[in-house]
Amino acid sequence: MNFIKHIFGIVFFTLIPSIALAQAEAGSFDQKVNEIFASSTGWFVSLIFAPLPGTSFPWIVMWLVVAATIFTLYFGFIQFRAFGHAISLVKGDYSDPNDAGEVSHFQALTTALSGTVGLGNIAGVAVAVGIGGPGATFWMILAGLMGMASKFTECTLGVKYRNEYEDGSVSGGPMYYMTKGFKERGIPGGAILAIIFSIFTIGGALGGGNMFQANQAHAQLVGITGGADSFLSGNGWITGLILATIVFLVIVGGIKSIANVTEKVVPFMGVLYVGAALIILIANYDKIGWAFGQIFEGAFTGLGVAGGLVGALIQGFKRAAFSNEAGVGSAAIAHSAVRTKEPVTEGVVSLLEPFIDTVVVCTMTALVITISGVLMTDPNTGLFILDGSSIKTVDGSSGVQLTSSAFGSSISWFPYVLAIAVVLFAFSTMISWSYYGLKAWTYLVGEGKTKETVFKVIFCIFIVIGAAAQLGAVIDFSDAMIFAMAVVNIIALYVLMPIVKREMNSYFERLRSNQITRFKGGEVEEN
Amino acid sequence: MSQTTFIVGVDGSPAGDRALEFAKERAKLLDNSKLILCYIIEWSPYSFQTAEENEKRHQRREEEIAIAKERILDPAVTSVASAGFDVEGVVQHGDVAEILDRIARKNEGSQIVVGRVGARGIKERLFGGVSARLVSSAHVPVTIIP
Repeated sequence: MNFIKHIFGIVFFTLIPSIALAQAEAGSFDQKVNEIFASSTGWFVSLIFAPLPGTSFPWIVMWLVVAATIFTLYFGFIQFRAFGHAISLVKGDYSDPNDAGEVSHFQALTTALSGTVGLGNIAGVAVAVGIGGPGATFWMILAGLMGMASKFTECTLGVKYRNEYEDGSVSGGPMYYMTKGFKERGIPGGAILAIIFSIFTIGGALGGGNMFQANQAHAQLVGITGGADSFLSGNGWITGLILATIVFLVIVGGIKSIANVTEKVVPFMGVLYVGAALIILIANYDKIGWAFGQIFEGAFTGLGVAGGLVGALIQGFKRAAFSNEAGVGSAAIAHSAVRTKEPVTEGVVSLLEPFIDTVVVCTMTALVITISGVLMTDPNTGLFILDGSSIKTVDGSSGVQLTSSAFGSSISWFPYVLAIAVVLFAFSTMISWSYYGLKAWTYLVGEGKTKETVFKVIFCIFIVIGAAAQLGAVIDFSDAMIFAMAVVNIIALYVLMPIVKREMNSYFERLRSNQITRFKGGEVEEN
Repeated sequence: MSQTTFIVGVDGSPAGDRALEFAKERAKLLDNSKLILCYIIEWSPYSFQTAEENEKRHQRREEEIAIAKERILDPAVTSVASAGFDVEGVVQHGDVAEILDRIARKNEGSQIVVGRVGARGIKERLFGGVSARLVSSAHVPVTIIP
């Protein structure tokens, strides 16, 4: 424990006074931090993202996809069998009216979703389609559908092994099922896994769940306020400071009204995003058939993208895994607050998460990019024209800018809405990850107001650093941390999956024999 | 003779007090009557919350119920009981109109009595206030006290 405090102490005290200086001599500060991080953490990043021998396929992506496939088979395609039941649960058909006022399935699901739907769905998909072509979409959807089974497994365990305290508050997540679940099965090592998982979660929360988000939100703001001429350009600390202040007010100051506003605006933004995508698709309805043709053809031939079929597959799988976090363990923390006597019900509800995130939202982005024609093809062969390893685009853009220009080609003012959406998505992702990080932190150092505040303040400081600096190595490291969570978490899921199966069989058996009360929407209205 | 049960919506407001007065007067005229005083805490399972709010939700709910009992419901029940009525108090979270109707059906209530509150805000203007929704959906007669 002291070791962690020590590490954070060092980062904390070396970086804070440097922020102001960093702006004056941005290059040297960035370089210094980059160097320190790269030299001390580079091996970790290379290890996590190492390709399988003889391929360019990162083993970690294979690890996630293989796990998702195993869970899909082991639980007998639970994601398809229980899909309808998941919707009934979210609608509240099985919620006891006497539990009204407690956390509903809908609330647990939307809280978890606000942590996953975000930049990955907008920027990440553009990267995937930009490199892997429309065919990547097919593999992305496939991996998303498989990932639903991973979510089911981890969220069922999250609820089953959560801690319920005397004051009625709850704490759940992989660290709890690792310790309690392993003990129950009589397998050693749970406590160690839980500590390793918590360390990675703190790293992931400060990095991918914080610095990366702040960095990308800043990039978007610079983009719409005039690019290189913008007053924000090179002044990331302004964006960072504003974001950090708002996050500080919410998580430390307990100003709920701000969080409440975001929690209402973010779903609205999500609907607006999907709505705008649908409008573009409807306006180009004659091309939808063609776009799906491109997706299928591209999935199996590559249509000339770098690496062909395999190139498209890697990009698709990677994007799905990066975007919906299935198997990472973060969702198990968010879902465990639900009020239910049946852990399986929350597992069933959580399988909707990768579906909404990947199968619906990511696919929308991919379809709009494909239909908009921003990816350039050779009119003679029908194959994509390459520019290095990625596909040549009409205006040379990539990442979030590519999504922006694809939407902008149909709705000219949409890039502005998109920029607001990106900032809000980034904000809500930060709020969610601050919570995941905090749970891991208190698991390690113990609960208590002061200890919690220390973490929250560190979290806010990292927002400024993330927005201000071009810390490529730091961001690589934080991404690696999130995937390192999956390494530990999936080991635990393999060990504990027989417990989930027993729970699942028992629950569905009782559901079939009407021992589970349906309160609404059934044949008999219960009072 | 069977018991006549009045379901009365109370919220500590003058409108709620008027509803209670009306119900008491009617109940006085009957041989065997009962008053169920209901305090409903407006709550929707479809609102959006942060993870931290979710964690503390159970605790908050208990607090909300305790405050409602302590400040509004218990004093009202005590005063009605001391006036010689058969009385019961209920606190619940949810949609006011829906919950009042559910309580009425569950207790075989003969009518629901609520005070009228003017339409507040755009939502109520569009979708109707509690009393309007109660009138259109209730399974028992509804009396609205102006």
